[in-house]
Amino acid sequence: MIEAKNVYFTYPNDVEALKGVSLTIKNGEFVAIMGENGAGKTTLVKHFNGLLKPTTGTVHIDGVNTTKVSVATLARNVGFVFQNPDHQLFSETVEEEIAFALKNFGFKEKIIKRRLTWALNLLDLTKYRKTSPFMLSGGERKRVALASVLAWNPKILMLDEPTIGQDYRQKEKLLQFILQMKAQRKTVIIVTHDVEFVAECSPRILLMRKGRIVADGEARKVLTNPEILTQASIVPPQITQIFLQLSDFQLPKEVIDVYKAREKLLNLLEAKAK
Amino acid sequence: MSIIKTENLTYTYPSGTKPSIRDVSIKIEKGEFVLITGPSGCGKTTLCRCFNGLIPHFYQGELKGEITVAGLRISEQPIYEMAKNVGLVFQNPENQLFALSVEKDVAFGLENLGVPREEMRKRVDWALNLTGIYDIRERAPHELSGGQQQRVAIASVLAMQPEIIVLDEPTSFLDPLGAKKIFEVIYDLNRKLRITVVLVEHRLDLTARYANHIIVMDDGKIALDGDPRKILGSEEARLIGVGIPKPTRLYQILQKDRVSLSNTIPLSSDEMAAMLREALKNQ
Repeated sequence: MIEAKNVYFTYPNDVEALKGVSLTIKNGEFVAIMGENGAGKTTLVKHFNGLLKPTTGTVHIDGVNTTKVSVATLARNVGFVFQNPDHQLFSETVEEEIAFALKNFGFKEKIIKRRLTWALNLLDLTKYRKTSPFMLSGGERKRVALASVLAWNPKILMLDEPTIGQDYRQKEKLLQFILQMKAQRKTVIIVTHDVEFVAECSPRILLMRKGRIVADGEARKVLTNPEILTQASIVPPQITQIFLQLSDFQLPKEVIDVYKAREKLLNLLEAKAK
Repeated sequence: MSIIKTENLTYTYPSGTKPSIRDVSIKIEKGEFVLITGPSGCGKTTLCRCFNGLIPHFYQGELKGEITVAGLRISEQPIYEMAKNVGLVFQNPENQLFALSVEKDVAFGLENLGVPREEMRKRVDWALNLTGIYDIRERAPHELSGGQQQRVAIASVLAMQPEIIVLDEPTSFLDPLGAKKIFEVIYDLNRKLRITVVLVEHRLDLTARYANHIIVMDDGKIALDGDPRKILGSEEARLIGVGIPKPTRLYQILQKDRVSLSNTIPLSSDEMAAMLREALKNQ
């Protein structure tokens, strides 16, 4: 469980990035943190793996105060995949990249092999195992970074903009993977601007603006509230935009996905035909 | 004459075991807004690197086939010559920025072309304003967030006012409203100044509405090439794994349900909402 209490954080250059954030994320929850550039999203999640410590306030991970333990200890439980994969990758081959942390955590050779094969398969990277990460496309490098964190099986997984540079299929796979993690009672936290992706996976949304949380709730509620979204520089999902424009008909407003949209529209057309 | 034309273009990176693009034959006309899309690793970025001569002059490797851009044969032109005609915004802005201030980065290309000082001032301010970074013009690019760096990279290219702008996922780090504003700026330049735009994107929900030409690549080859409405409405595009915009998808699904809708395939929420309004009124 992640518990933040009244967290303020100021960078050395005096930029106050967090201004009193309090939240609780339970084990097995799937949370999307959204908001405009510079809202403090990445700063907030860096508090969850101890990369940053609150200037005032506290963060507890499974009851442990993050100021009391090292980043290395926290990292075992909290995996973090950076926004820009180039900030994370350094090995000669994809295989070595993924095995690196496993070796560091002292896993046995046999387990390393198994985890490696599993992660390569899951992220469609098997054909690149001997390739240098820097030979790969932006989207593929992103997947290598993800694989290297997944391989050590952390309890809490944090992904900073996981869908950047990913095509539609990869996004579908990512979604399935997140659902699988959820089923295993793992906590998944994504920081993202990708409204359409969020509309498809329907997590709990934390909306941030200028260092504060301005909305906290299920996707269907938050993503259909245009006033609050605009404040956070987010555009409603396209399906929601259609329904907002048709608000003078007997249609619900809280629609974010294609299948619900179809159902509601067919119902209305049928009712009108009678 | 097409402003970009390739014939059987095939390219292999020096360390590659097989070609990254194969037998690519395309034509792009002056003033078009072209969207290039396709699964990750399909060769989109590689193709863009051919448009300004980075391939083969910088990356080397083996280039076969023909390519002419703005009437020039790439293989016979140095990169700096191509840079006058083609502005390229890279996927990762860090690879593109190097100056000590935002303003200097944006001015760099113009200085190289020997643009007179006053004209340079005007164009730099113009580009800074269009991309919303005038207020941070004195900051160091490497201190900025990914999204702001992308704005700087775009401003540097716009300031040059090249005939062709090639953008490789240029707004991936920007929030949706920020990305939308940048695309509107580019679309505006495309229409008013007839600058040819080639945009590589996965996120068709944000961009399909601007395009009048779509190229879908798959595994190094051209899979589909033509009118956006036709292509995005087709079953093939979906099967290749192109992210069909949700309004287009809803249209397809409702058509299967035999809901009578107009024949023009919608690419945006506005178009789909207007179409549904008609259908609901006529019931």
